[in-house]
Amino acid sequence: MKLFANLFQQLDRTTKTTVKVKSLAKYFDTASDTDKVWTIALFTHRRPKRNVKTSLLREWAAEYAGIPLWLFEESYHIVGDLAEAISLIIDDSQQAMDKSLTTYIEELIDLKDKEEHVKKEYVLKAWNSMNQTERFLFNKLLTGGFRIGVSSKLIVKALSKSTGQEENVISHRLMGNWDPSTISFEDLILSESGLDEISKPYPFYLAYALEAEPEDLGATDEWQAEYKWDGIRGQLILRDGELFVWSRGEELVTDKYPEYEKLKDYLPDNIVIDGEILAYIDGKPLSFNMLQKRIGRKKVGKKLLQDCPVILMAYDILEYQGKDLRSKSTQERRDILNGICKNLPQEAPIRISPTIEFADWDVLKELRSKSRALDCEGIMLKRKSSEYKIGRKKGDWWKWKVDPMNVDAVMIYAQRGHGRRANLFTDFTFAVRNEEGGLVPFAKAYSGLTDKEFKEITSWVKKNTRERFGPVCSVHPELVFELAFEGIARSTRHKSGIALRFPRILRWRKDKNPNEINTLEDLENLLTK
Amino acid sequence: MQRKLIQFKERGLYIAPIDTYIDPWRPVGKAIITHGHSDHARRGHGAYLCHDDSVNILKYRLGEDIKVQGVPYDQVLDIDGVKISLHPAGHIIGSAQVRVEYRGEIWVVTGDYKTEDDGLAVAFEPVKCQHFITECTFGLPVFKWKPQEVVISEINEWWTENVRLGRPSVLSSYALGKAQRVINSVNHDIGPILTHGAVENTNEVLRASGIDIKETIRVTPDTDKSLFNKALIIAPGSGINSPWLNKFKNASIGIASGWMMMRGARRRRAADRGFVFSDHADWLGLNEAIKATEAEYIYPTHGYTNVFSKWLNEQGYIASPVETEYEGEVVE
Repeated sequence: MKLFANLFQQLDRTTKTTVKVKSLAKYFDTASDTDKVWTIALFTHRRPKRNVKTSLLREWAAEYAGIPLWLFEESYHIVGDLAEAISLIIDDSQQAMDKSLTTYIEELIDLKDKEEHVKKEYVLKAWNSMNQTERFLFNKLLTGGFRIGVSSKLIVKALSKSTGQEENVISHRLMGNWDPSTISFEDLILSESGLDEISKPYPFYLAYALEAEPEDLGATDEWQAEYKWDGIRGQLILRDGELFVWSRGEELVTDKYPEYEKLKDYLPDNIVIDGEILAYIDGKPLSFNMLQKRIGRKKVGKKLLQDCPVILMAYDILEYQGKDLRSKSTQERRDILNGICKNLPQEAPIRISPTIEFADWDVLKELRSKSRALDCEGIMLKRKSSEYKIGRKKGDWWKWKVDPMNVDAVMIYAQRGHGRRANLFTDFTFAVRNEEGGLVPFAKAYSGLTDKEFKEITSWVKKNTRERFGPVCSVHPELVFELAFEGIARSTRHKSGIALRFPRILRWRKDKNPNEINTLEDLENLLTK
Repeated sequence: MQRKLIQFKERGLYIAPIDTYIDPWRPVGKAIITHGHSDHARRGHGAYLCHDDSVNILKYRLGEDIKVQGVPYDQVLDIDGVKISLHPAGHIIGSAQVRVEYRGEIWVVTGDYKTEDDGLAVAFEPVKCQHFITECTFGLPVFKWKPQEVVISEINEWWTENVRLGRPSVLSSYALGKAQRVINSVNHDIGPILTHGAVENTNEVLRASGIDIKETIRVTPDTDKSLFNKALIIAPGSGINSPWLNKFKNASIGIASGWMMMRGARRRRAADRGFVFSDHADWLGLNEAIKATEAEYIYPTHGYTNVFSKWLNEQGYIASPVETEYEGEVVE
């Protein structure tokens, strides 16, 4: 664990990618093979299953530290991270002992069917034998969610540096369904054949947001335009008669969308299609809100399947007849995709994302501005001559989103941030006016301001708090902010009757007073758009 | 209802019988000041009373023309029957707790304090009282400080490593207090100590008052640039966030603050290193300090006041939070 803790500290102490890659590469040069595999697994979100409930961890930590549970909970809220809160609340050990990362993980996996007191004894003993950093990492293994500023891209770079293999080879090998407790470093990274290749997806090519004017992209006939669908990016793989669906988060989601099983009957074997998982009825996409009901569920019920069926809105083909097509041009790939999809019947849950004909950029601008009416987020632009790249790359693929919707609203509640922003008020609730002139809360937002503005607001909140409800302060409705959001839908769960998609703070309108904010009616008018 | 000796007023903590405030945040006639930090010592009061070592600091920060009287620790002033005395708070040089006694009732206002002796400020001394108004900036059990020598050796190691790599070490800390604490305790054999103007001005004021601050070099446009890669450069947070920092190419940035206990606060600053180093009491320090006063009534101010009050009530004290406009420790 010391070696891993040391790596973590080096990574945590720098924001520079080159330094991170160097530290990781050095670690891969020195760590044991099993530790290496587990490290790769942890940084690519393949953590072991959680075998101890977090509620128990909280109780044990409070008990161990000799404080009441409520005080632990308050501290946890401020720290913002359970693993860290526990690591801080417990004193450092005087009798450090060291086991390898693999040993700890194997021991944690072994806890699975043990009785609670056995688990407790094990965990307390471990806490007592570590320093704070080790304890933090151990808790991360216990609680999961190993997000510590290392992307899989960084891992790929470091492994490439350490092993001398090409980045895209490694990137491909790290995808898919490998099991860190059985696979060897040799099989995962080094061996030529690799195991179980058939489910392996290709790394997604991701677009950057277009910030310049489209005219700067040059001639219109070099570009393929499509609508930007508001679903989940997905990759459908059909190989050796088996079907797999991957989401962009490198998550295998085949079971969540059983509709796609039917595609085995309609599509030729040994192909890989890139597209959008989209809720879709009667020839029209449903809002993202509908799809969201399915995202969280492992198994979906009959009713949900009926109310919210999905199709694949196909926009690219990456493999055909078992051959990797990624180095072919977008135009060629599109022609192949058209050939496969053109004669499919309505009941096949796949559509081809139509290309938009446009003679000049103004036509496209016009269409873009109306894309919200089609439940789309804007336009995608892809260079016809471009190959299919890995990851987010500038130049050939652009997302050209519709401008967000805006509303002026007044802040009515403020809450302290946690973790990064524990000493500032950063989470705000906003209200608009209803017909009677009363204030109706309708959105929460916590991003979009500078640290300086947060500090200024924090000092204002401290002087203008009316009431406290635990960590939340109600404040005098005086500060006006302009919020931006991507979409708006009716909602029965919210007091205001509406729900915003991705609301964030655009700017602090110091020039406006609370009488000048928008009304609920204004928002309802946006619904009908 | 009997009126309290110290009342919590809009302009600050108010001692009614003598019409005097402690650390008021709006202009008043007479103010007793616990220490020189700007959230406690503000402009615009008619007359100031503070510890002897704070007099020049206040003049430097608030203007030469302020009307200010200094007193030593433990000297009792009798003002219309109200006994006022100052006692060491251990926060920074000149920092004081204010003891107020009137008709058998004893109150102590801590201002900011820490219980560890930093070798520079006179060490904190508990003062027995019935009513204790205490800061609780770090009033959560996650805040636990390591001894000063441990943190200082961490700073020395970081500095040494930077010298080896040939890059400047820039450390962000308060211009008054923490900066001098670092200057006087790090190992000067590693390299020279350079200072931002705000730090050096404070050093000069303190040296002129007879306080021994070790050797430092003010960074000016004429400073020998070959010193940078060997130096520990001490600047306030505002200097770290300004173009001033661009002078020091490839610098490693460290921040010395109690907030550095939390990984999130460290990452938000995009600092290379966070040193958990504070002039405020940690969880243990707060609890011990309160116990030592033997007070029954506790009034926590600035910090996690609600949580801390609830904890104290469970420990058998009668505690209620007080809203003030002090800021505790700010990471800029």
